[in-house]
Amino acid sequence: MKFFRLPSTGIFTFLFPAAILLKIFPLSFCTRAERRRTNDSIPFAYKLQLMDLESDDLFRDEDDEENSNFSQDKEATKEFVVYMIDAGRDMFLQIKEEDDEKKRPHFSTVVKCILESLKTRIINSDNDEVAICFFNTREKRNLQESEGVYVFNVREGEDLDRPTARLIKDFSHVEDNFENEIGSQSGIIPGSRENPLYSALWVAQGLLRKGSTRNVDKRILLFTNNDDPFGSADPGVKADMRRTTIQRAKDAQDLGISIELFPLSRLGEEFNISIFYADMLEFENEELTQFMPTVAEKFEDLTNQLRKKIYKKRVVRKITLMVADGMSIGLSTYALIRPALTGKITWLDSVTNKPLKLERSYICADTGALVTEPLKRFQTYQNEKIKFSLDELSEIKKVTSVPLRLLGFKPLHCLKDYHNIRPATFLYPSDEEISGSTCAFIALYRAMLRFQKYGVAFYGNTRSPQLVALLPQEEVTSSSGQIDPPGLHMIYLPYSDDIRRSEKLHMSMDGPVPRASKEQIDKATAMIKKLELREFSVYQISNPALQRHYAILQVLALDENEDLPETKDETMPDEESMQRPGIAKAVQEFKDVVYGSNYEFEVITNTKGDEASKKRKALTDVAVKEVGNYNWSKLAETQKLQNLTVVELKYYLTAHNLPLTGKKEVLINRILTHLER
Amino acid sequence: MARTKESLVLLLDISPSMHNHLQDVARTVSILVKRKIFFNKSDELGLVLFGSEEANNDLQKEVGGYESVAVKRPIRVVEEDLLEYLSELPRGRAQGDFLDALVVGMDLLIKKHGAGMKGNKVNKRLYLITGARSLIKDPDEGTKEDQVDVIANQMKEHGMKLDVVVLQQRISGLASSNIFHENVSLLKRFSKRAQAEVLIVESPVSLLSAVKARNISPVTLFRGDLELTPMIRVKVWVYKKTIQERVPTLKKYSEKAPPNDSFASREVKMDFEYKSREDPDKTIPPEQRIKGFRYGPQVVPISTMEEDTLRFKPEKGLKLLCFTDTSNVPRHYYLKDTNIIVPEPGNTMAILAVSAVARAMEDTKKVAIVRCIWRQGQKQAVLGLLTPNLSSSENVADSFYLNVIPFAEDIREFPFASFNDFPPSQQPNDSQQEAADNFVRMFDLAPPGREEILQPELTLNPVLERFYSSLDAKLRNPDADVPPVDDLLMRIVEPDPEIVSENEFALNRFCSQFQLKVNPKKDKMSKRFWRDKAPLSEEVGKDDSVDLQSDISFESLAARKVEEVGGLTPVQDFEAMLARRDSDEWVPKAIREMKKLISDLLDNSYNGNTYSKALDCLLALRSGCVQQEEPMGFNNFMRELAIKCRSKRLNDFWELIVSKNLTLINKGEAADSDVTEEEAKAILAEGNAGRAPDQPPEVDEMELLLGEVV
Repeated sequence: MKFFRLPSTGIFTFLFPAAILLKIFPLSFCTRAERRRTNDSIPFAYKLQLMDLESDDLFRDEDDEENSNFSQDKEATKEFVVYMIDAGRDMFLQIKEEDDEKKRPHFSTVVKCILESLKTRIINSDNDEVAICFFNTREKRNLQESEGVYVFNVREGEDLDRPTARLIKDFSHVEDNFENEIGSQSGIIPGSRENPLYSALWVAQGLLRKGSTRNVDKRILLFTNNDDPFGSADPGVKADMRRTTIQRAKDAQDLGISIELFPLSRLGEEFNISIFYADMLEFENEELTQFMPTVAEKFEDLTNQLRKKIYKKRVVRKITLMVADGMSIGLSTYALIRPALTGKITWLDSVTNKPLKLERSYICADTGALVTEPLKRFQTYQNEKIKFSLDELSEIKKVTSVPLRLLGFKPLHCLKDYHNIRPATFLYPSDEEISGSTCAFIALYRAMLRFQKYGVAFYGNTRSPQLVALLPQEEVTSSSGQIDPPGLHMIYLPYSDDIRRSEKLHMSMDGPVPRASKEQIDKATAMIKKLELREFSVYQISNPALQRHYAILQVLALDENEDLPETKDETMPDEESMQRPGIAKAVQEFKDVVYGSNYEFEVITNTKGDEASKKRKALTDVAVKEVGNYNWSKLAETQKLQNLTVVELKYYLTAHNLPLTGKKEVLINRILTHLER
Repeated sequence: MARTKESLVLLLDISPSMHNHLQDVARTVSILVKRKIFFNKSDELGLVLFGSEEANNDLQKEVGGYESVAVKRPIRVVEEDLLEYLSELPRGRAQGDFLDALVVGMDLLIKKHGAGMKGNKVNKRLYLITGARSLIKDPDEGTKEDQVDVIANQMKEHGMKLDVVVLQQRISGLASSNIFHENVSLLKRFSKRAQAEVLIVESPVSLLSAVKARNISPVTLFRGDLELTPMIRVKVWVYKKTIQERVPTLKKYSEKAPPNDSFASREVKMDFEYKSREDPDKTIPPEQRIKGFRYGPQVVPISTMEEDTLRFKPEKGLKLLCFTDTSNVPRHYYLKDTNIIVPEPGNTMAILAVSAVARAMEDTKKVAIVRCIWRQGQKQAVLGLLTPNLSSSENVADSFYLNVIPFAEDIREFPFASFNDFPPSQQPNDSQQEAADNFVRMFDLAPPGREEILQPELTLNPVLERFYSSLDAKLRNPDADVPPVDDLLMRIVEPDPEIVSENEFALNRFCSQFQLKVNPKKDKMSKRFWRDKAPLSEEVGKDDSVDLQSDISFESLAARKVEEVGGLTPVQDFEAMLARRDSDEWVPKAIREMKKLISDLLDNSYNGNTYSKALDCLLALRSGCVQQEEPMGFNNFMRELAIKCRSKRLNDFWELIVSKNLTLINKGEAADSDVTEEEAKAILAEGNAGRAPDQPPEVDEMELLLGEVV
């Protein structure tokens, strides 16, 4: 079976993000973990966690000087997304999952999944706007007054709006009262001329009317398990419904709206895309065969799927790889991995909660005059103040005008584990500016894979020009889709200036240092085997600090007296399982051969911390006692603070719990400021 | 804390085998000297040449022997004078006996700083650069090896360190090669018996980079237990292994103080004030400020106290989560610079435990995932990947590398089309693939039996080197231009001509197999980087004065080989120059000339008669800079202009600029810009200031170490 294949024209959709997109997303992705999921002896298992916090902003890295290049279209582009959810009866059927006994209707899976994606969006893309639209509903709620379409919303805000904490909260309870308030209905009622799918598309299109397509990506994400929406329609109107719905979808697409289908499994049969959706989304026959959708059985499938689809794939930058004079290959770069941070801080006035404006002024240290931002910089060298203009400084960094210059190839083992300084960038060929690029790229890529080599190139960007390794990534697919995409990972290499010989700091000069014996290594191997997690994947572990931070924000944003939800720290080892007899035995044996059976580890106490705090307390006590010996206000008035020593000054600061950092003048100023009040 | 100063003796081999490389040696040493002057200016340096026919050293006078060793500069504080001396290293004709030289060097250090470990207030170091081609004299008694041992013991006793760089030359000849191998093994003997490091380099680039110029006292990031399970805890220390060294952050220069005031600090201080948006005169004191975090459209205020009580508070510690297959954590997951985990020095059991686990991991191809909380109070947990680092030297303990790996939130996946699914026209055919195979195979930077070229350990940062050279040049002449990149270091930036010519056939064949054609329509947009959205067309359309550009086709522009921006048709000239593709020089030149022209126009203005032309030029310059991705060229010029307009009473011209809404180029227009849209507009309002946030403030060593701590 073949899965996830973009149509041949599909690759250009990466290159023209604003172009009309016709894509279908069979649920064809799985994580590394799932791929390796087995039921055999795993000592302890991590639960696959939901992706609460997929991020977007973090992929723009504006704090990283070099990566500010990566932010190119972020400001200009935002997304308007309509989640279009089939609320037909079939969606509520209890589907039994294979591995656990729990039953969960598709509808519930979809709601949960969208919830996760909303949370992610709220955190990462401030400007994205979303709407949630059910179809095949009993009640109606939409501007067009169409039957069977219900636009879900909260009291405040428009139907298509930035997601709020309130929306998330209410949507998380949508199932509780769904039957009463919105109601499910089985698609087209025989004898009726109402066509909810058609109406839903019409409503969604209406929602997406605002904003220009130039700087907004408009998308409809369609969730359904009904591959034959007109199955129950009267034969007389069926063909007509089909035709008008397809036309409606086409019209939407002509307006720059992309429609993406998330097919869910049918009970006992495959979701047959060729019945209707292939036509609606205009697939050619041959492409269709490549698009055999797998169906989402499990929550994880859909979450993983949505995770990949939550944002439009964006090119960070277009660059060329120069192979030789006169030969350059066009590339697109993508930031696939960037550390997520808690969002930017906006300073507020604590009285009004209104945002503040930061004003910066430059003051000449010698004259005290207010100056404009100086265009010159200086560096003291040999007691001279050496001046540089800003132009000169950027000239220094501009060592080449070639963006990426291939220098040669090396065998993989030359790339050491410490040859790393920042997150890698992904390179994928693009024929957009230089035709023939893809072909040349593929040839190089395949040759590198064949000979187990990586390319070495000079990345000549103006911020931080660097040597880089171009590491070929073999495409990895599983029965359920692509796991690793084909392309090159650009890994930023350190210079000799950046590498330290830290391991040699404690070189032994009295002969060789001890090495583990064969027995010790064997016991270590046995222990490793017990402590091994075969299915480990970084997707299993979310950032506990971020989780916590956003949990706090969510509670505060709702402004309800709610308890802070527990956030699980997934970085904690499963110490309980580690104590299990089988594991404990292997660990004990290792301990015995290295440390001896009588060795006792010291009980961990935070003695250091305790000592430090004791010491601090003692210092404060001394300070409090000493501070009384001086008449501070008098000293300040007579400007005699200058005559005190730094130690003496710090008595005051310590006793008043003020910061102790800075030079003497700073300390004095701090005391003066404190005394004034 | 003040770093212990270093006292370094350089021992340079000037015997005949080194003659061809003396220039490179001089360059290497001058890099060392320049960096020392910059970073560690109280360090001391002595210079000893060996292989010279004149002898000049105390030992020779006192005890005899040591004939070919000349002390050229006794140990004293580093100064510029050394650089001049280095430029004319003499060519010696005698044998270069490095053992003699070492003894002389040690003698210098002992005489300067006293014997034994007493002189511990300085770090004593010997730095030997040799070709190792001269036959070492047999000692009067015992073997050469014995002599090495004696010297090594002395070094240890006096607390000296030794760095050796051996320049390996590809000279044939059995005798010479035998001597070389003997010498190298003698030198390597040192590294087993004393704190010595031997590096063998082949290319001049490597030689240049071999010198570890800057001395940094290492700081541990963490000392404590590596907790494998609650039952077993190994004492370890954690250091940085890589850390990016950047061009130093320069201070802002104030021109306010009188030029002849030699005591003026020339510094510019920055003052930050938070003001209310409604009432710009109202300054909000720090204690009235509260942090707000974006949550969707809301900004949620969180007081420091709330934050402190609620936030994630992990306990300090290094805990193992699990071991797993190497393949589960691919190489491109490595997020940051690398740390190294070493067993606690002197703790035999810790050394054994690390060694056993590291070796078992290596054997079974496993890696370990650890949770790292480097210090109490750290706000973030860090997910680390341990990979084994088996020591190649028997004096060095086994250790682990620790790379930071992403959390689930840090990863974004996109689907990419499989290469196999591309249409045949985009797939390489057999002969193309063969050419590529050949190219990849031949263009080898690490051929067996030869030095690996561009090894990161031996690749000097050309930008840093250029900065220090420039600093030095400006010391001599404040108006000195930025010097070009050192030609040796260009081998880092561009392919090594030697390798290119060796593999010309494979390269040419590869190039000729593929038809790569620049798409001219897109090409017009930008010369070097292409964007998927070029705002240009709208930008240009907004203003009539630059509209003429749209009438000129790319071809016609390129056809006109304009070489300067003239006063007659400046806008057209400028654009034609930008469109020229025959050299990289045209863009900077065009921008430069355009700026000059505008300045001239304004300077020569009479009652504003040149304003409209100057404004047209400025508009053209702006769109040109956007188009060519040179926002800084324009922005800096605008800032200068802003100042100029105020001081020279050209404010009426500034009003014109304001009326045309001619702002700085913001990030949205060109990614390299330093200002946001808002900041870009600020220039109009104020006619000055309005600069973007500064370079990141200087970060001290400890903060860098704790880079993960937010």
